[in-house]
Amino acid sequence: MSDLITADLIDLDLHGADRHEATARLAGLLAAAGRVTDADGFLADVRAREEQMPTGIEGGIGIPHARSAHVTAPSLAFGRAPEGIDFGSEDGPADLVFLIAAPEGGGSEHMTILAKLARKLIHQDFKAALRDAPDADATAALIQQSLT
Amino acid sequence: MKLVAVTSCPTGIAHTYMAAEALEQAAVAAGHEIRVETQGAAGAEALNPIDIAEADAVIFAADVDVRDKERFAGKPLVSGPVKRGINNAAAMVAEAVAMAEAAPAEKPEAGSVAPMTAAAPKLGPGAKLRLWLMTGVSYMLPFVAAGGILIALAFLIGGAEINQVVYGGDFEGVTYEAIANPTDILAQAGFAGVLMYLGATAFSMLVPILAGYIAFGMADRMGIAPGVVGGLVAVAIGAGFLGGLVAGLLAGAVVMALKLIKPGQALQGIMRIVVIPLVGVFVVGFIMLVVVGQPIAAAQSWLTDWLAGLSGANAILLGLLLGAMMGFDLGGPVNKVAYLFGVGALASGDLTIMAAVMAAGMVPPLGMALASVLRPKLFTPGERQAGKAAWLLGASFITEGAIPFAAADPLRVIPSTMIGGAVAGAVSMAFEATLRAPHGGIWVIGLIGNWGGFLVALLAGTAATCLAVLALKTVARSETAAEADEHVLAI
Repeated sequence: MSDLITADLIDLDLHGADRHEATARLAGLLAAAGRVTDADGFLADVRAREEQMPTGIEGGIGIPHARSAHVTAPSLAFGRAPEGIDFGSEDGPADLVFLIAAPEGGGSEHMTILAKLARKLIHQDFKAALRDAPDADATAALIQQSLT
Repeated sequence: MKLVAVTSCPTGIAHTYMAAEALEQAAVAAGHEIRVETQGAAGAEALNPIDIAEADAVIFAADVDVRDKERFAGKPLVSGPVKRGINNAAAMVAEAVAMAEAAPAEKPEAGSVAPMTAAAPKLGPGAKLRLWLMTGVSYMLPFVAAGGILIALAFLIGGAEINQVVYGGDFEGVTYEAIANPTDILAQAGFAGVLMYLGATAFSMLVPILAGYIAFGMADRMGIAPGVVGGLVAVAIGAGFLGGLVAGLLAGAVVMALKLIKPGQALQGIMRIVVIPLVGVFVVGFIMLVVVGQPIAAAQSWLTDWLAGLSGANAILLGLLLGAMMGFDLGGPVNKVAYLFGVGALASGDLTIMAAVMAAGMVPPLGMALASVLRPKLFTPGERQAGKAAWLLGASFITEGAIPFAAADPLRVIPSTMIGGAVAGAVSMAFEATLRAPHGGIWVIGLIGNWGGFLVALLAGTAATCLAVLALKTVARSETAAEADEHVLAI
């Protein structure tokens, strides 16, 4: 199984006028890495999910996500947004954005890893470490490490 | 305090697990125990019914419908969107605890509609055992209902010889060949043959499912494989549902013991995937086959010889004995010996014994069905459902219809079915009722000689079973069993 996240799926200086634009940028990274075959199709799936309920979580987190036929491997793109991006959470914009891409018929092994990541996001020290990570490599290592 | 929670969200890959983690942290931080069922994409590991039974309160953090909500009926419930579980887990936990603390102050009778009732007390060992058995029974019930009714319909449509037509054997002097290839059944035995085959197939799973889910109740998912295999062995060695109870409890105990071994992190995956299933299946299967199987076979041949020696004895006494044997294990080894004795007598021209055996075999489900109608409060909802099907199963001489009752409460039900069977067998012999078919129940009444006497035997046996079980369930009913029954309502 390939790694869920690598350094080229990380943007430590994420900008965007709104969450859709920010999400599109992260989706671009996934497409460039060949993990998403059709970025627009995937974004439509993400947006459909986002419309059911915004994915912003208190504590500065946005987790746009979807299970989509356009995803080839379970993947995670991560962006740090210094100015914050509104993901619909009541306590304000998010500065940590995780775009989770799961294949349509994903096996439960992959889903277990994503579940593990989701559980990690609750932990304060994990969030703090993500905010302090010096570069993309360190960030990718940090996330991968948290999943083992 | 003990809590259980369910989390779920539309996609099932993120919020479900975040809420679970947040709730776990919040509960532990506040000094409570919690079990969370994540109904997400990684597959939900269902909450153990025992955890649910012991829980003081329930939390739902869910944006989509919680699956199998009925499990939590009657518990204090805090319900909110999945985001509340993530953002305000501590508040949800505090609310649940407050509700559980407040609930005992309310009078349970007053809040007949409100889902709030007194917080659950801890369960004693006796109540736990009953809960495990009930778990097995609740998963077995659909097999009993489907299989039993299919078989009854097969007799109704295809006549009493349908069993022999499909599976081979003698019926009223005609010898049938078994149909070797199931796909030929429709052509050779007609629609009734198909019903018979499907019913018998469903019935073949009774004991494995009972054993597998008793073990599941005890040891979660890991218990299922050893339990089912143990149950299959119980079937193969002819140990009946009592063998299934043994297999299930044994499998649950073995897996519980294996789970106590805590290897290093690296080996944990291997434990779950390979070691526990392998060792569990082997140990349970070995014990069932070698340790349990031999004595049962020996006891069966001893009983058969003993009955043969009684052939000249008082007919009423013989009917009494055979009847009690029919009611003892409801399709198990002892029942088989009595039944085969009847079939043997039939072949040698003595038709009274077969009538006594059939009457005694029809009585256990009928008696339990009657009891569950007369005093429904003494039975769980699942048992009351089983009671409805049991009328038809009893009328069709499918003694297994009483198994759901007997498996859930063997010490009270088995004596009752034995008493009822003994009464029916003795009365049938006293009236010298006869039967020319080896099975068929009420549907072969045309083949019954002195059917009036046979019906009296049925009614007397049914009444005796019913009275005995009501008496035992009323008098010899411990508080803990009553408690377990309360909790089991939701399963």
